Amino acid sequence: MSEILLVGEVNGGNLAEATAELIAHGKPLAESLTSTISVALLDQDSSSAAQEAISKGADKVYNIKDSLLGTYQTDAYLASLAKLIQETNPIAVLVAKTEIGADIGARLAFRVDTGIVQDCIEVSVNGDNKIQANRPVFGGNCIATVVCESTPMMALIRPKTKEPLDADSGRSGEIVDFNADLDESVIKNQVVERVEEVQEGIRLEDAARIVGGGRGMNGPEPFDNELKDLADTMGAAIGASRAAVDIGWVPYSYQIGLTGKKVAPDLYLLVGISGASQHMAGCSGSKNLVAVNKDPDANIFKDARFGVVGDWEKVLPALTQQLKELM
Amino acid sequence: MSFNIVVLAKQVIDPEAPTASYRIDGSAGKLEVDSSQKIAPVINGFCENAIEAALQIKEAVGDATVSVISAGSDFVMDVMKKAVSMGSDEMYLLQDEKFSNLNDSSITAKLLASAIKKIGDYDLVIAGMQASDWDQAQVPLGIAEILGVPCVPIARKIEIKDGRAICERATDAGYETVSAPLPSVITVNNEFGQPRYPTLRNIMAAARKTPITWDATELGLSDDDLSPRIKIVDLFIPEKQSQCEIIEGEDEEEMGRNLALKMREAKLI
Repeated sequence: MSEILLVGEVNGGNLAEATAELIAHGKPLAESLTSTISVALLDQDSSSAAQEAISKGADKVYNIKDSLLGTYQTDAYLASLAKLIQETNPIAVLVAKTEIGADIGARLAFRVDTGIVQDCIEVSVNGDNKIQANRPVFGGNCIATVVCESTPMMALIRPKTKEPLDADSGRSGEIVDFNADLDESVIKNQVVERVEEVQEGIRLEDAARIVGGGRGMNGPEPFDNELKDLADTMGAAIGASRAAVDIGWVPYSYQIGLTGKKVAPDLYLLVGISGASQHMAGCSGSKNLVAVNKDPDANIFKDARFGVVGDWEKVLPALTQQLKELM
Repeated sequence: MSFNIVVLAKQVIDPEAPTASYRIDGSAGKLEVDSSQKIAPVINGFCENAIEAALQIKEAVGDATVSVISAGSDFVMDVMKKAVSMGSDEMYLLQDEKFSNLNDSSITAKLLASAIKKIGDYDLVIAGMQASDWDQAQVPLGIAEILGVPCVPIARKIEIKDGRAICERATDAGYETVSAPLPSVITVNNEFGQPRYPTLRNIMAAARKTPITWDATELGLSDDDLSPRIKIVDLFIPEKQSQCEIIEGEDEEEMGRNLALKMREAKLI
């Protein structure tokens, strides 16, 4: 029986949330294509993650082993996965668009000589038994429906586009060791150092509340003053639009959008951000959007639940003061 | 010996063009801007960042050549010239009817890789991390695979040292420094600073420069090379319904206070 291969990830010994979501995406495809779900894990400590993958819907887990696999290294991961694909000949390969997935997805496709549909938000099987996916294009202004025309059919799927399946510890599956047998010469890039930056305050991706500033802030200062006061009062993290990063007001780590961080907080308050689809592509999972913008025609008012049409310099201090009294 | 940098640059529809100006042929996977709107195309933003990065490296290395390559069927020269007038040395245009609406990256990567091979002597290929039209972020990665050279995606700093590119790239947790042997393919984000404005001298120099153009035959590409691996079967603008409640008030201060009260009432705070 043919397999659908999922490139899995392990986080601190546990199955990564993005991989559990990927299984949920893959399951209906496997049914339509009468195939099974296999997950490849490349972490040295993947035994409990393998069980977790099976309990969340996988039929088989490949534990890829090699002395060169340890901390993530692109070349080693690519060579291992290409070898697994060549030997197991899956009908389709799905990759989650995580940091690692975005790094290897496209290159893996080229290496095994097939095409890949990037950044999918929805995948299905069409009448010709081909995988078909919807993906945002033109900065999120349009949706394209794209069909895989070569095998293995590959798709890179955006995280947080599907809930993982409920775990069922009664499910059984096969766990297979796969020896990648890598030659040292495959390693081309050297990771010289990896630095973890302790971000002040709450991590943007994990924040339940976010305050974001855009071009309308008119300078870097408000990010340290009015916007920060508001964020501190709300217990929110601070983000920014690409425009604010491009001008150099705040570093790239603040950027929310198609080419920045993807966030899905309970509340996202946007100040001086017009709501271009490029930005909205990074925050479409937010539960509530609130906008302060002086342009009544700004796109953001189409997406927001509450809006204030006004100058932030007047609105924000009053808003912050009132919030302080309420909280 | 001169250090040769190849930069990939793409002409795209202006990302600021309103969706009302879009003319979409869904089943052909084609989107154009209504010509009556007079909205000129632009060089993709991240490609301008790539040109800027290449020029910074040229300044650091000293003896270097920057060559810009672009593929398409319908170039607007006033737009594309900017790549040269920013300070690049050469421009190669891969132009053929067969290169219209390049939305399958496997084809785009193949033809750009053929051009890089034809240029021959290169130390570094720099590209933007993503194009604002099809947003695939994969052509440069594919080129690295076709050429069989190392690849560093989404760098924010590049230093050339002892035959290697030392790149800093942002990660989810912070950043990492990756050292790749040359030649290699590197994509960049928008952290190289504002792309420089063309100087008058460079604008005049660019006006005198004729780009080198190659078509599919000159690149040695067969129809088989140009057969698609993915196919767009539909393209549409998703519908959106506005349900925004605009907060009123006597003045902007009161609107701010009312917004706080509203957020509390809706249990957002």
